Amino acid sequence: MKDIAVIAFSQSDSVADAGANNEVELIMPVVSDALGQVGFKSAQDVDFTCSGSCDYLQGAAFAFVSGVDALGAVPPIKESHVEMDAAWALYESWLKIQMGQAESALIYGFGKSSPGELPHVLTLQMDPYYVAPLWADTIGMAALQARTMLDAGAITEEDMANVVSRSRRNALSNPHAQLSGDYDVETLLAEDTYLSPLRRHDCCPSSDGASAMVICTVERAREMGVKYAVIRGIDHRIETHHLGARDLTVSSSTRTAGERAGVFEAPVEVAELYAPFSHQELILSRSLDLDGDVDINPSGGVLAGNMMMASGLSRIGEVAQRIMAGDYQRGLAHATSGACLQHNLVTVLEGV
Amino acid sequence: MSDPQTEVLSQAFELGFTYTRSTGPIVGRFLTGLRDRQIVGIRGSDGRVIVPPMEYDPVTAAALDEFVPVGQRGEVTTWSWVKYPREKHLLDHPFAWALIQLDGADIPMLHMVDAGDESVMKTGMKVEVRWADEPRGHISDIACFVPFVEEA
Repeated sequence: MKDIAVIAFSQSDSVADAGANNEVELIMPVVSDALGQVGFKSAQDVDFTCSGSCDYLQGAAFAFVSGVDALGAVPPIKESHVEMDAAWALYESWLKIQMGQAESALIYGFGKSSPGELPHVLTLQMDPYYVAPLWADTIGMAALQARTMLDAGAITEEDMANVVSRSRRNALSNPHAQLSGDYDVETLLAEDTYLSPLRRHDCCPSSDGASAMVICTVERAREMGVKYAVIRGIDHRIETHHLGARDLTVSSSTRTAGERAGVFEAPVEVAELYAPFSHQELILSRSLDLDGDVDINPSGGVLAGNMMMASGLSRIGEVAQRIMAGDYQRGLAHATSGACLQHNLVTVLEGV
Repeated sequence: MSDPQTEVLSQAFELGFTYTRSTGPIVGRFLTGLRDRQIVGIRGSDGRVIVPPMEYDPVTAAALDEFVPVGQRGEVTTWSWVKYPREKHLLDHPFAWALIQLDGADIPMLHMVDAGDESVMKTGMKVEVRWADEPRGHISDIACFVPFVEEA
């Protein structure tokens, strides 16, 4: 396997409602910024471009095609798309480079959740015979998982509030965060439940936004003389779509992806975990053996802002940027998709 | 006049797919059973009975075909309480999402419990099916589950 370098990353602010800005207007600033960080002028300067988005958010088939307008329509480029978080667009681009079909790639993810009711838009991605017709919503299903954890004694409500408190506090130093602040555990626990056992603050907000990344071979990065973080390993695994057939108190797919990505070969100093609900951060930390020495979600994570279809890529970008800045030498980033952490991707990044 | 930068133009749009799909021999058998107010599961590779039936085993991916009739009563293994139902939800008043392990099944199924009040809900509580008035071969033929108290 080739070591591949992350050389640029850019993300928009996480906002509850981007108003009249359309998807192209969300994408263009981050794509231009990411390309500009390494002196590229346009998507013509990379060998491959891949995006991640969800047509259900826009409510039209092939809606993602309009996003390509952000790149310029001519001359033609080699381009692909995943109907997934852009972390998986990174995975496709990584494979493309591994296969020798490209030396560099631009990846972007975008989502405008504000026009719809996100917990029910995402229902449309569920089993179309057994689950979607019941209009099972993402928060209701995550709450089932939280109850399983609480009933098993695996976590307490205080543990969940601790996650939220740290997330909001870390987000104070994240200029892109939607929710931040200093909240102590007692204050959080005094709030009423929203979708029991979850309180509102246990759930990530719904956000509009985009992020973009540029990767290339390590050789190319050296030639260019740019700063970079190395992708040491990347892997993704999925569990069954039958919610009742899964052990919801652990994340076996995250564990396997972590093993395959090389997480356990050496200690990590930092981890950005895509946990849309507070209890899920605890499941993920345990599945990846992260102890008290690891800085978890220094950005505040997605409890501070969840740009659907871009948040997974942003987790990887958050870790890569910190490594490029010299704050850490080795870290991991996680992305998720589906109900109750059904599908998980783990990336290990290192400095040079 | 409003600011052109912030004015959002909107137009009603209804997306329709005017075709029908076959649900196949496994999902179809389950849904057809519901029309007759019967519930069937399927035996997985490890012998456990999965409800609703899956076409392929969740672990081994083996094709499954041994149907097993299961009961209409069961036990709540976990639940959440929807205090604020959304417009699309099938119940217009607060209800529980629950995983319900039916008698004779080993894998619980996702459905709703119409319990009236959150204080009624308990992990391990017994519930039974409330059928729709006119079953039509659809998951919502099970209108919901309701608490069931065994007679002394």
